[in-house]
Amino acid sequence: MKILVPVKRVIDYNVKPRVKADGTGVDLANVKMSMNPFDEIAIEEAIRLKEKGVATEVIAVSIGVAKAQETLRTSLAMGADRAILIQTDDEVEPLGVAKLLAKVQEEEGAGLIILGKQAIDDDSNQTGQMLAALLGLPQGTFASKVEVADGSVSVTREVDGGLETVKLSTPAIITTDLRLNEPRYASLPNIMKAKSKPLAQKTPADYGVDISPRLETLKVVEPPKRTAGVKVADVDELVAKLKALGVAA
Amino acid sequence: MSKTLVWVEHEGGAVKDATLSAITAAAKLGEVHLLVVGQGVDGVAAAAAKIAGVGKVHVADDAAFGHALPENVAPLIVELMGHHDAFVAPATSNGKNIAPRVAALLDVMQISDILSVESEDTFTRPIYAGNAIATVKSKDAKKVITVRGTAFEKAERDGGSATVEAVTSTGDKGLSSFVGAEIAKLERPELTSAKIIVSGGRALKDGPTFEEVIFPLADKLGAAVGASRAAVDAGYVPNDYQVGQTGKIVAPEVYVAVGISGAIQHLAGMKDSKTIIAINKDEDAPIFQVADIGLVGDLFKVVPELTGKL
Repeated sequence: MKILVPVKRVIDYNVKPRVKADGTGVDLANVKMSMNPFDEIAIEEAIRLKEKGVATEVIAVSIGVAKAQETLRTSLAMGADRAILIQTDDEVEPLGVAKLLAKVQEEEGAGLIILGKQAIDDDSNQTGQMLAALLGLPQGTFASKVEVADGSVSVTREVDGGLETVKLSTPAIITTDLRLNEPRYASLPNIMKAKSKPLAQKTPADYGVDISPRLETLKVVEPPKRTAGVKVADVDELVAKLKALGVAA
Repeated sequence: MSKTLVWVEHEGGAVKDATLSAITAAAKLGEVHLLVVGQGVDGVAAAAAKIAGVGKVHVADDAAFGHALPENVAPLIVELMGHHDAFVAPATSNGKNIAPRVAALLDVMQISDILSVESEDTFTRPIYAGNAIATVKSKDAKKVITVRGTAFEKAERDGGSATVEAVTSTGDKGLSSFVGAEIAKLERPELTSAKIIVSGGRALKDGPTFEEVIFPLADKLGAAVGASRAAVDAGYVPNDYQVGQTGKIVAPEVYVAVGISGAIQHLAGMKDSKTIIAINKDEDAPIFQVADIGLVGDLFKVVPELTGKL
């Protein structure tokens, strides 16, 4: 069974995003970029399934600028077997990404497609569900545990009230939540080895998919700022404040 | 007038609060119709029909809809979207599971987690963990939207008298089945609707310590209990306690952050709280930059003292 893992190059998790002064977006010039953290978890899960003998091949795919190659090389260094870059300088919305991935899946016929549940830049939380819809496949979103059996996969999901388990026929779409696993660091020898692993270069036109945006961003602003309040000296003063707020008798 | 279909999330026969906020958002787009799906949901439909401002309630009662499986629910919604102009769901784990599946089937780009309705096609939504707010305009003929519950007032549960109409089930698609759930028994208020929340961070050391320190304070205040991602990752409390960018988004009257440093991912989930109180031994912790009231001190001394004095 093949596993397809889409990965996205995004602003690094530890960088505080700054809104551009002209209100057109977030300033990404000279900002550290990394693989979306949820996608790292997706790659890790796929590699573990290969190590267990459940999967035979792990294919990483990214849609984005030429530098998304770095993200794909990271995937290869972690243990993916080969990579596909669908290169475009345009911003592609989740619906367009899902349409491109659906075409990739038509070619690859993977048994599982594991995606991050959301990208930490646009926070949309849509692509996996959309891909499942376009392919007519079941979806196990926000996964914290994945167990593959013959012809099916059990996915334990993080939901508002706790955990829920669903059983899906395969092929299936899975989106990862934080507790699914802890992604490994790529070792130096594996980073070197990744350089010679195959990375296919494509464009959206190769797939004949219309990815023109449906949403127009009119402006991007900073959220209203909270200002630091007062520090109290001791518990008694805090109790007095709580009483003033009406939350303590 | 345009018509908006709202998917109703319910539990134990009652409409959940987040849906009431979604209804308020939907009302800004036109006439509000509701969709109640599930098994044995007559009571939910009757309750939904009483919600203020609702024009019609569609009900689909079928075992296939028992656990809100998106593979079964989305096709039904798509059918109903033949005569609705927008689909709205609360941005809860179930809403986020269903709405994008509907959007893709309709060939519509969803607008996630909206904070406001600027006009029938323009909305604001948070991006980058709430560090930026985007105003986006949709070019799609139909809209698919999820709504951030804390950004809209809840619609009144009484005052409406909508008609209830049964819709034919689109059946079980045979792709997925519900196996089971471990749903936490709530001894305290639910996080997303609580007026007061006490949250703990990694500084709480371990699970038993977390319970010993945080729970009594929460119970004294009648508060819900939350946690930072670090505390959940470390296994102190289960995932459903997590407040933050990828956990729950909360905006209570009072949020008490205990031993939480204030990573941007955590702030994204609670910075719209009315009053933030922070207790942390590190006076330079970023949480103090957003806190209205801060107390620098050792939480293991300060919190029990506070609990005792309340």
